[in-house]
Amino acid sequence: MTTLASSTAFVPRPLAPFTEEGVFIRRALLHSLRNTESAVMAIMLPVMLMLLFTFVFGGAIDGSGDYVDYVVPGIILLCAGFGAAATAVSVSQDMTTGIIDRFRTMPIRASAVLTGHIVASLVRNLIATGVVIGVALLVGFRPNGGVVDWIAAIALVALYILAITSLFAAVGLAASNAEAASGYGFILLFLPYLSSAFVPVETMPAWLQWFAAHQPVTPLVETIRALLLGGDASTRWPTAVAWSVGIIVAASIWGALLFRRKAGRR
Amino acid sequence: MIEVEKLSKSFGRQEVLRGVDLTVEAGEIVGLLGPNGAGKTTLVNILSTLVLPDSGTARVAGFDVVTESDEVRRRISITGQSSAVDELLTADENLRMIGRLSGLSASSSRQRSAELLARFDLVDAARRRVASYSGGMRRRLDLALSLVVAKPVVFLDEPTTGLDTRSRRELWAAIRTLADDGAAVLLTTQYLEEADQLADRVALLDGGRVVASGTADDLKARIGDELSLPAPTLDDVFLALTGRN
Repeated sequence: MTTLASSTAFVPRPLAPFTEEGVFIRRALLHSLRNTESAVMAIMLPVMLMLLFTFVFGGAIDGSGDYVDYVVPGIILLCAGFGAAATAVSVSQDMTTGIIDRFRTMPIRASAVLTGHIVASLVRNLIATGVVIGVALLVGFRPNGGVVDWIAAIALVALYILAITSLFAAVGLAASNAEAASGYGFILLFLPYLSSAFVPVETMPAWLQWFAAHQPVTPLVETIRALLLGGDASTRWPTAVAWSVGIIVAASIWGALLFRRKAGRR
Repeated sequence: MIEVEKLSKSFGRQEVLRGVDLTVEAGEIVGLLGPNGAGKTTLVNILSTLVLPDSGTARVAGFDVVTESDEVRRRISITGQSSAVDELLTADENLRMIGRLSGLSASSSRQRSAELLARFDLVDAARRRVASYSGGMRRRLDLALSLVVAKPVVFLDEPTTGLDTRSRRELWAAIRTLADDGAAVLLTTQYLEEADQLADRVALLDGGRVVASGTADDLKARIGDELSLPAPTLDDVFLALTGRN
């Protein structure tokens, strides 16, 4: 029996750095490809909302016909939120089925499962963002930002996707099951409506103005709008970045605590 | 290979394990029997580093499950009650994922997956998503996943629950091979026939303690003497020793 215990054939060596991350990112991307319904929803819904806001509400909100330029940055953020919401469901499913216990009994960092879901969400949502921008150009979105403005805008969108995905991952850990996870997630999806994404904050009642002006989506939308349409992006971007980074840090700490409580030894 | 001494565990006020002693040697299959709620799964969960004991010690492959859990994890594999398979992936993808996580290269993982798919009769279904599998196919995949890399200690928590007779016998053969290759196997089961056929020794868990252990024949002879039964079965042993019946 001692030969067995000491035989190297039986005992895997420590993994190369980031093996777990690579494996779990691949796994989550495969999941995303197979979850066709949620992928279609994550792209269709924002596109339909954009068409709705441009052609149906647009005329009433702004008769000049320039509303599409105003609304696209908001639609991009809305789209990122829809796509990220699926993360809560994936995380919750992993935690409530037996698969997490298999990972926990292996000599690996089981928390890399979460990294996999978050990176897959980033990839998914950046693709969806591309589709949304494509459709926007078709319906008359006429940005005039340069290459650097575009890179900065996409970096901000990526940061926002990471922030909201980390939050959804934590929601998925906190929820008791996948249905609950998607239910809680929906609350977060309302944030863009209560911002300057669709209408200027000044048109809202005073009490709502305060909230709309001081929530994370407004500085993000304002900055992206300024970058793509040639405004002054310098005033709001620090707030936008601070919000996103703050959310990522807070959600990561919350998520780590929840993961330790749910997947730790009791 | 597995050495358990005076192991205790409570969940809130409920004492699930109250001083369990148990050993499993290399190359040996020990069947852990007991009524529902006797603490079988809790014991397996402690030994496989999922749950912490309150007191007592447990060493697996020479390492303490509490203080040296990483070393333990490198030397165990487990097939649990709830199938630990990824439903959205195919059997092949599941096997290759576990291969990569076990430190195999991409090509070794692919090769190992092909071997196990053939051995567990999953070749035809290998490129279908697990969500479409029958219960028996999931169980077979679950067991295959825990055998991607051969480990010196194997835990099987009710591995054949819900399987038809043929699949069950095939699994038994696979489990026997593990022990013949030198692994220490701890098997929990609801099926006394399974313990009778497969286990070298049986430990009967009841009320959080091991109330009897020995070979199935020893236990049968003992109960046969006590109750003056001419041809006692393991069922008789089980009923006689787990008091409440």
